[in-house]
Amino acid sequence: MALKTVRNLMIAGGVAVASLTGIAIASGGSVADGYEMVHKHWHWSGVTGTYDQEAMQRGYNVYAQVCRSCHNLDHLAFRHLGDKGGPFYDERYENPNDNPLVKNIAAEYEVIDVNPEDGSEISRPGIPADMFPPVYRNTAEAAYVNNGAIPPDLSVMVKARNNGADYVYNLMLAYDHPQPDSVVTSSGQYYNPVMEGGKIAMGPQLQPQVGVFEYQSETEGQNPPEATVEQMAADVVEFLAWSADPKLAERKSAGMMSMVYLLILALLLWLSYKRIWARLKPKT
Amino acid sequence: MSGHSTYEPKWAAARWMDQRLPIVRMGADFMTMPTPRNLNYWWTFGGILMLCLIVQIASGVILGMHYVAHVDYAFDSVQRIRRDVPYGWLMQSTHAVGASMFFLAVYMHIFRALYYGSYKAPREVLWILGCLIYLVMMATAFLGYTLPWGQMSFWGATVITGFFGAVPVVGESLQQWLLGGYAVDNATLNRFYSLHYLLPFVIAALSGLHIWALHVTGSNNPIGVSDKVKTDTLPFHPYFTVKDMLAVTVFLMIFAFFLFYLPDALGHADNLIKADPLKTPPHIVPEWYFLPFYAILRAVPDKLAGILLMVGAIAVLFVLPWLDTSRVRSMRFRPIARWFFFIFIFMCFILGWCGAETPDDNAFLGLSFYRLSQIATIYYFGYFLVILPILGLVENPEERPASITQSILDHGDKPKPEAVQAPAE
Repeated sequence: MALKTVRNLMIAGGVAVASLTGIAIASGGSVADGYEMVHKHWHWSGVTGTYDQEAMQRGYNVYAQVCRSCHNLDHLAFRHLGDKGGPFYDERYENPNDNPLVKNIAAEYEVIDVNPEDGSEISRPGIPADMFPPVYRNTAEAAYVNNGAIPPDLSVMVKARNNGADYVYNLMLAYDHPQPDSVVTSSGQYYNPVMEGGKIAMGPQLQPQVGVFEYQSETEGQNPPEATVEQMAADVVEFLAWSADPKLAERKSAGMMSMVYLLILALLLWLSYKRIWARLKPKT
Repeated sequence: MSGHSTYEPKWAAARWMDQRLPIVRMGADFMTMPTPRNLNYWWTFGGILMLCLIVQIASGVILGMHYVAHVDYAFDSVQRIRRDVPYGWLMQSTHAVGASMFFLAVYMHIFRALYYGSYKAPREVLWILGCLIYLVMMATAFLGYTLPWGQMSFWGATVITGFFGAVPVVGESLQQWLLGGYAVDNATLNRFYSLHYLLPFVIAALSGLHIWALHVTGSNNPIGVSDKVKTDTLPFHPYFTVKDMLAVTVFLMIFAFFLFYLPDALGHADNLIKADPLKTPPHIVPEWYFLPFYAILRAVPDKLAGILLMVGAIAVLFVLPWLDTSRVRSMRFRPIARWFFFIFIFMCFILGWCGAETPDDNAFLGLSFYRLSQIATIYYFGYFLVILPILGLVENPEERPASITQSILDHGDKPKPEAVQAPAE
């Protein structure tokens, strides 16, 4: 009877998890035109996986030097970069506003502000407390500069697409896939099989002749990998994945604690249940 | 059964209170309520649902302190909750995953009631209150899904409120009245937030009535034979409190699995794109718990007919106690009905699948999802309107045990009846 109860509970739990996960996975997107999505094994996947800090730092460099020319990170402040689990976290600076790397990065951006003395508009170097300043003054300017297409915000991009990490990674690499006759691109459009409909207003960005640069080493004694297209794509995805889900490490460690706690609690309750119901058994 | 109260106030103060507001007596009576001893784990979802409601209200009240109901700030404020509010990521995920868990539990609870005939006399009012709770839950979930103001929020709200426009004559004015304008906009978001905050308390009130009704009729049980002798029941505490707590903990493990490891898996990626009234997403799909009804809605080409069918799919539940003509409650003793029930469950999953896919796509063997959803819709209504009414008249039920105690005796692994007198607590 006891075994049956445990078995039934396990079956019920298994079915619930499996059916809900099935629903979640079934809603994932597919890609047309014979392009095979590359499914990379990401550093943060799995029950205990977390982001690779060096990869995030390199990814930030790719963002700052390539993506930043059109795309903003709407929901990120510079201080977030120095948060625990973030790309430039340093345990010596629990307050990210004190982190010199973060301060330097913030200072590289110009932030529009108001002169408190006369109310006029001024431009000043950023501080860690600032949000990433928008690339364009407004959507009209963004559309005008980019042939009518507004470059989307990247701070939640990896969460805003099905299998977002693989999506962004493949989007960066899929430009050289042969264009089928069924997809007709007009001027200012490029073919990319990863994009829904195959047409994208963004040209290939991570090409060896366009976006190549040497990775700078932020930490001493670090040997940055060669900046191949694949490497840059993987690194920028690592950074954007963190940007979309910055609490991942905190969440997973809380999850582990909760699961262990619940497991022990379930065990104790099961023993209590057995003991209480045993009162009903005939005394022999 | 409610029976008569065995509560005896021990102190003068307790006696004083008992003569004025017997609230302690009520709690004590809840704890000693005679409960059928043969309840299985399908009966634990009531307690699980109570927890779900508490979790949703508690996390929701906290989210409400940080959320901004304005079209320009709603999306950003949710991101801010996830990033900057201390443990906001936990509150937001709990509330979002919690909605799915609430529906998962409520579906288990409803299927339990359908299988064991818990809607039959004398529990019709208990059942109807449950249907009302489910209806208000659906409204609450829909309103809540609008609040993050992502693409699915906006377009889901546009599609659903569009149904009201299909009502003859008054449709258009009704739709405008609901939206507070000609389209989903700031006025819509504000009233949806207001109602989303109100309805959970309506659910709480209805749940109170639901539990009250339960305590009048007592719980149904897996054999569907009402308890007759004292050995048929056990006091609710400690026998069922400990069993419910075990089930709640196992349920919480499933909850925690999604909450901590797949927090966004049950939602749509599109809802992390800020709402854009000028850009329709390629596939507008509701949350998983609405998919079967969405499939029924799209099973007919006419918009109004689709809406009537969808409303009918819920309405039919309200009259179910009078549609099922069988006097046997539990499907354990209904050899034919049981199989129709399992097909019904299967069809609900088929409808869910159809709701998630594009109607014109091929499901299997050249059968489009559109046709498949029509087949499943016909079965859904056929089960309630044809199969249950007729089957109750023609089916030969198996022999039922005379009592719960007898049914336990028939299974050798259970305690003997002379020993099953519950020790007093």
